[in-house]
Amino acid sequence: MGRLVVLLELSNISKHFGAIQAVNDISLSFEAGQVVGLMGDNGAGKSTLVKMIAGNYRPSHGTMRINGNDIVLHRPIEARQFGIEIVHQDLALCDNLSAAANVFLGRELRRGIGPFRVLDYKAMYRRAGEIFKELRSETRARDLVKQMSGGQRQAVAIARTMISEAKIVLMDEPTAAISVRQVAEVLHLIRELRARGILVVLISHRMPDVFDVADRVVVMRRGRKVADKPIAQTSPEEVTGLITGAIEGG
Amino acid sequence: MATTLDQTIARRQRTLGGAILGSQTFWVLVAVILACLFLSFATDSFATAKNLYNITRNVTFVAIIALGMTLVIITGGIDLSVGSVLCLCSMVLAVTMHAGYGIGTGIAVSVATALVIGAFNGILIAYLGFPPFVVTLGMLSVARSLAMVASNNTVVFEFGPDHDKLLALGGGSTFGVANPVIYMVVLALLTGFVLRWTRIGRYIYAIGGNEQAAMATGLPVRPIKVCVYMISALSAGVAGIIQTGWLGAVTTNIGAGMELQVIAAAVIGGANLAGGAGTAFGALVGAALIEVIRNSLGLLGINAFWQGTFIGSATILAVLFDRIRNFRRSE
Repeated sequence: MGRLVVLLELSNISKHFGAIQAVNDISLSFEAGQVVGLMGDNGAGKSTLVKMIAGNYRPSHGTMRINGNDIVLHRPIEARQFGIEIVHQDLALCDNLSAAANVFLGRELRRGIGPFRVLDYKAMYRRAGEIFKELRSETRARDLVKQMSGGQRQAVAIARTMISEAKIVLMDEPTAAISVRQVAEVLHLIRELRARGILVVLISHRMPDVFDVADRVVVMRRGRKVADKPIAQTSPEEVTGLITGAIEGG
Repeated sequence: MATTLDQTIARRQRTLGGAILGSQTFWVLVAVILACLFLSFATDSFATAKNLYNITRNVTFVAIIALGMTLVIITGGIDLSVGSVLCLCSMVLAVTMHAGYGIGTGIAVSVATALVIGAFNGILIAYLGFPPFVVTLGMLSVARSLAMVASNNTVVFEFGPDHDKLLALGGGSTFGVANPVIYMVVLALLTGFVLRWTRIGRYIYAIGGNEQAAMATGLPVRPIKVCVYMISALSAGVAGIIQTGWLGAVTTNIGAGMELQVIAAAVIGGANLAGGAGTAFGALVGAALIEVIRNSLGLLGINAFWQGTFIGSATILAVLFDRIRNFRRSE
C-alpha cells in the first residue's frame, strides 16, 4: 500500500489559558482513512487539542494545515466548512425530534419554488434511511430519538457528519456510558467511516476500544505528546505506562 | 425468514392510528365532543344556534392567544404578559380611534405596540439571559399600568369616524359564522403550517428539545426566541383588537387573569411546559374544552364560582394522562 496523503497537519500547536499550559508544542499529521486513538489522563490536554481542531479554541501558537493549506478557525462553523465535524460526548441531539430531523437539523431538505418552500419529509426520511443502511445500523429514520438506544443515538450523530460529507470526524468518548453490545455497534460505525476514507480521531479512556478499532495511538500527558505509534507496535500495557508517566515517552 | 436490515430501517415504529390514540390532543378532543353530546341531551339550551354561535365566538380570544403561547411554550418559555398586552393593545386602538384616526391607523398602532412589547420581552430573554417568567411577569404589570395611563383609567366606548367598521370587524358574522371564528381558523392554519412545514417551525421544536444542541448546530436560536415572544404578544394584540370590536367598549381590566386560561388551554392541548411539544390544533382544542366547561356550568345551573375548580381540574387531569403514559413507557 502506497503512502496516504496527509490530510490534516498540526505544527507546533500550543494553547495556554492564562498561566496554564493546556497544550504544549504538539505536532501531528493525520491521513485520510485512518482511525487515530487519542489517549491521556484527565487534564492531559486531549479535549483542548480537539477543540482547536474543531474551531472552538484558537491555538496560542502553531499552525494547522488541511491538504497543505494553512487554515485559521475562529468558530466551529468555519471548521465545518473545511469538512471537520465533531461528535460530542453528550451527542447534542434533540430528543423530541425524529432521527431524520436530527440528521438534517440546520440543513433541511425542502421542495417548492422560490420563497414558497416546505420541508421535504419524504426525501429526508429516504436519505436518512439510506445513510443508516450504509452504516449498517438498525436505526429507523422516523423514530423519535428519545426512544433510541445509546448505539442508535451514536448512529444518528454520525449520520449527521455524513450528510455534510465530512472528511474529518472528531469523536469525544463515544463509547462512554453505553452497554457492551452498543459499544460493538459504535466501533462498527467507526470502521464504516474509515472505509469511506474519513479520518476519525477517537478520544477515549477505554483501552480495549482503541486497540480494537484504531490504526494509530497518540498519547498525551500534561499537554505534551509522549507517544505516536502504530497500534501494532505497542500494547495496552505500554500505553497505560505512557498515560500515567510510568514510562517516559519521547 | 429473518427480517433484513432494510425492512427494519423501513418499518414505521408508530402507525398513524397509534400516533392518534397516543396523543393527548385526541383524548381532549374526545372529551370536548362527549361533553357537547351530553349537554345536547341534558339541556335544551346548549344545542341551539345562538348558544353554539356564542361558544364558538367566545373560544376565539383564548384560542388565538393560545396559538402564540404554544410557540413560546414549545421553545421552553412562558409568556405571562398576554392578558395585560391584550388590554394595552385594545386601549391603544380605542384611544387612537377615539382621537379621530381611522381604523387602519388604529390597528397599525396597536399591532406595533404588541410587536415592540414582544421584542422587548424576547431580547431580554434571548440575548440577556433573563428568565422568561420574570421578564413577562414584569411586563404583565407594566402593560396594564400603561393601559391605565393611556386612558386615564376610563372606559372608552366611542371609536371616532370608523366606529361602525370596528364593531363589524369583531361583532359581525359572515355566512352565519362569527367573524372572530374565521380569524381564529385562519391563524390556526397559519400556525400549524409554520410548525409543520417550515424550517423555523422545525427549529422552534429543536430549541425546546435541546437548546444547546440547537446552538451547537448553528441554528439562529436567539432570533427565533425573540420571534416567538413577538408572535405571542402579537396574538394577544390581535385578540385585543377583535375583542374591542366585539365588546364595543374597553376598560382597563379586560384580559385580567387571561394568561392563566391561555396557558391552561395550551397545556390541555398537549403543549409541554418543559418545551419541545405542542401543536396549533391542540391549542384550539384546549381552548374549546375550557369554553365548553364554562358554558355548561352556566347552562346546568351550577354556581359560577365553581368555574375555576373545573378548569383547573381539567388542566391537571390532561397532564395526568400524559404522566401515566410516560410512567408506562419508562417501566
